[in-house]
Amino acid sequence: MNDAVEAVKALAIGFATTFKHLFRKPITEEYPEYKRPLPARSRARIILTRDPDGAERCVACYLCSAVCPVSCISMQSAENEDGRRYAQWFRINFARCIYCGLCEEACPTSAIQLTPEFENCENDILALVYEKKNLLVDHQGKDKEYNYYKYAGVATEVGKKGEHVKEERPVNIKSNLP
Amino acid sequence: MLNWIVGFTILIVKLGVVLLVLLLLAAYLVWLERKFLARLQIRYGPNRAGKFGLLQPIADTIKMLTKEDIVPAAADRFIFLLAPAVVATTALMMFAVVPFGSHLTLWGRQIPLVITDLNVGLLYVFALSSLGVYGVAMGGWASNSKYSLLGGIRGAAQMISYELALGLSLVPVVMLAGSFSIVDIVNAQAKYPFIIVQPFAFVIFMISAMAESKRIPFDLPEAENELGAGYHTEYSGIRFGLFFLGEYVHLQILGALVAVLFLGGWRGPILPPPVWLFMKMIFVALIMIWVRGTLPRLRYDQLMALGWKVLIPLALVNIMVTGAILLI
Repeated sequence: MNDAVEAVKALAIGFATTFKHLFRKPITEEYPEYKRPLPARSRARIILTRDPDGAERCVACYLCSAVCPVSCISMQSAENEDGRRYAQWFRINFARCIYCGLCEEACPTSAIQLTPEFENCENDILALVYEKKNLLVDHQGKDKEYNYYKYAGVATEVGKKGEHVKEERPVNIKSNLP
Repeated sequence: MLNWIVGFTILIVKLGVVLLVLLLLAAYLVWLERKFLARLQIRYGPNRAGKFGLLQPIADTIKMLTKEDIVPAAADRFIFLLAPAVVATTALMMFAVVPFGSHLTLWGRQIPLVITDLNVGLLYVFALSSLGVYGVAMGGWASNSKYSLLGGIRGAAQMISYELALGLSLVPVVMLAGSFSIVDIVNAQAKYPFIIVQPFAFVIFMISAMAESKRIPFDLPEAENELGAGYHTEYSGIRFGLFFLGEYVHLQILGALVAVLFLGGWRGPILPPPVWLFMKMIFVALIMIWVRGTLPRLRYDQLMALGWKVLIPLALVNIMVTGAILLI
């Protein structure tokens, strides 16, 4: 008998709970009308950023292409007259891309970055192949300050470490003086 | 002869109207269920197709009609094709004995607002509802898939545990009305609805009816999260649609039966009788959706225990008490 009372009580509590929910405002976020602001580091559409001086960051090192698990990044490297590399063409096939973000992690110059912008569906699958002009943007993305060439001195035919265009002198790592 | 032709025409017109209303209502019952269940779960439910998602049933129908109708290669083809039809037709046929008004007088002719007033109407309903389970068992068997088979077996096993309680719970109602005809049962409720004198029978019937319509918490044959979709796992397109339709027509029928047997049927003040029946039906359907939104699915043995150890003894005691009171 006690069990039956308990059971009825438990049922009543359950039914009361659902009944109360009937008068609550739904918590659904209706997507096309309301777009939830996504975290800055959420991973969607890929861009190629520029450094603070406005030059292309990409040095066509192929690391992103190599690390890409679905091989959706391809490019052709070329060299400027000042000995610096750049991508002659750069292509990402978003029909293959799985937005894993490994390219971004592999990139030594912070050039390739993922953005929260995810609404890039197309009816035509070929329209998902983005060329360099579609990928290149006019800002620094998430990495505002970084300028690869300021720090990455390598001795080349053009000059020694720290002697290239806009390159800083190498830091003395044995000293902590500024 | 002329009389016969007029009578036949009236019957056909009545059948057509009832069938149309039933099918339309089944479609919008799906909408109602999705909407109401969503609100119980603090969601919005369908709201894209038309205002408040009112065109959703039409969109669903078009989708089901245009989808490919797949028959698995290993299936028992004939039974596989037959099973959904069994479920849908038995559910639709049950409405034949439900009265939705007393009678209409047109051109000096009295038209009773019921398709047929069988003197064993209640038994007819029981017979058809048991036949409906054959559709489930056949679909489960013919699909030649383990999930479907398990669903079919559960359907059959479930039936033997609720069917007795379902029948026994209505014996007091029949005793009070003194007739198996549903029209007579409604007429017997002219003074007061039977729910006032038979609350236990009402509760037992509601529980068994929910088991009958294979709805949560008794959706063991379907059990989406254990068996895929149970007996209709292998069905697609309009055949799946027929199972779906059968289920929702069943829900309506049970709503109508609860209304007719316990809530006074079409009787009510001011509004016309069919509207009263409709409102009572929707009310029962809403309660069933509320139950769906609240309770989890029972286990196989729990359902058996509930049926055999609780509902049947309770129904028997109820019959005895009612009989004793009727004698005194």
